[in-house]
Amino acid sequence: MIPGPASAFSETPAGAICLVSILLVPLAMAGLALISCGLGRSRSAAHVMLASLCAVAVASIVYVVCGFSWDGFAGGPAHVWLLRGKSWNWIAAQPFFLRGLELDGSPASLGALLQMFGAGLAAIIPLSATMDRWRLSAICASTALLAGCTYPIFAHWVWGGGWLAQLGDNYGLGRGFLDSGGAATVQVVGGLTALSMTWILGARRDKYSEEGMPTAIPGHSPVFVVFGCFLTWVGWLGLNSSGAILFSHILPGRIVLIAVNTTLSAAAAGLMALVITRVRFGRPDASITANGWVGGLVAGSAAPAFMNPAAALIVGFIAGIVVTFAVDWFEMWLEVDDPGGAVPVHALAGIWGLLAAGLLIRFPDQNAARGQWLAQLVGITTLLGFVLPLTYSLNWLLNRVYPQRVEPDGERQGMDLHELGAGAYPEFVVHTDEFIQR
Amino acid sequence: MKLAGILFLLAGWSIVLSALDLLRPSSALIAFVLAGIAVECIGLFFLFRSHLKLREETR
Repeated sequence: MIPGPASAFSETPAGAICLVSILLVPLAMAGLALISCGLGRSRSAAHVMLASLCAVAVASIVYVVCGFSWDGFAGGPAHVWLLRGKSWNWIAAQPFFLRGLELDGSPASLGALLQMFGAGLAAIIPLSATMDRWRLSAICASTALLAGCTYPIFAHWVWGGGWLAQLGDNYGLGRGFLDSGGAATVQVVGGLTALSMTWILGARRDKYSEEGMPTAIPGHSPVFVVFGCFLTWVGWLGLNSSGAILFSHILPGRIVLIAVNTTLSAAAAGLMALVITRVRFGRPDASITANGWVGGLVAGSAAPAFMNPAAALIVGFIAGIVVTFAVDWFEMWLEVDDPGGAVPVHALAGIWGLLAAGLLIRFPDQNAARGQWLAQLVGITTLLGFVLPLTYSLNWLLNRVYPQRVEPDGERQGMDLHELGAGAYPEFVVHTDEFIQR
Repeated sequence: MKLAGILFLLAGWSIVLSALDLLRPSSALIAFVLAGIAVECIGLFFLFRSHLKLREETR
């Protein structure tokens, strides 16, 4: 059994607030699912929602079965290498099925709960990039790889006392890689998986012309998209608060600062996206504004407990600019067909947030911040140099043994009819071409 | 080209890890970390380029 004052922690204000905050995180999943659904076509709406639910289900099960074994918690059993007198904690060595972990409100058990939700959240992110062409069974298989391999390994390095978290103690780089709200562990990991899947699956039929020019395929429900933004906001408040208590050991009173910073970052990014689209296109664009909002939440989740509100505003404004231009850039110049904007919103905004955390954080003891930006850079290089190749290779291999893209006929019909046998809105014939044989 | 991109990404990360282990926090460490990032950028370029080339061929 894991030693430690389990019941003592759950009875403290920090433990109680942490538990309540963790229970808000599923709202972030619901919000992301709604945003993906609204940004997709009506003929794949039910498929996106069901795929999101399945991804969360598979991620939760796989994480409990084996993910937590590699992930673990700070101070728990792990495989450690000694290199030139420095310990490099690579991977946890917990038993499968959470055996040996008392689920009683101890910090380790709360961490396991938060990370189970984190795996689910990371698993939903690739769905918004791959709408209209990713088969449901393949989504489940790919999610199992994410929750059982990619996510727990990187999460252990950051949240489980791994080598990235130890950069401060071992090499004097600030407090080690800082990511209390999951900007890297959840968002960038999910965003890079989304990028890999867009490469592996290819673009949607009819998305690009013969000359390579993209066709606009607008989302079917801005109402879902904007309502999803409200849900993600609440979920992110829980994610950032619980992560800061568990992994950065802040006092519960600082949750006020976290809530203010989370809101400011999202607000600044959303407004910036709205203004940019208003200036560029003459009218504000709801989908890009929503992408900006979520991008602000993502960027602000790297270190919301250690920034002042002005810094959170800067993080948000720049995240809004990055997301707005990157959505176009990926579609136009890199020919990445990402209908939900998952790569700019989760990967790029997350990387910006991690970098900003290194530049803008303020610790009570400023000496502790020395080298923090370098620790953040090391974390970013690990995401690009390890997580991207790993997730790409795993999904590429999976695609070789179990093709992930739906048949051309299914894509033409729409994923709802093809995979589920019925449309999401059976009373309305929204697109006549769904029912006409070409 | 795709394989080259992945190898460049891994190489950039390896440079950073090696620098961490071999160098103390100094301007040399900063230079090697930035060099690692530059190598990773080349890897990303190759990966995006291979994806674009594949799309051009299938058109």
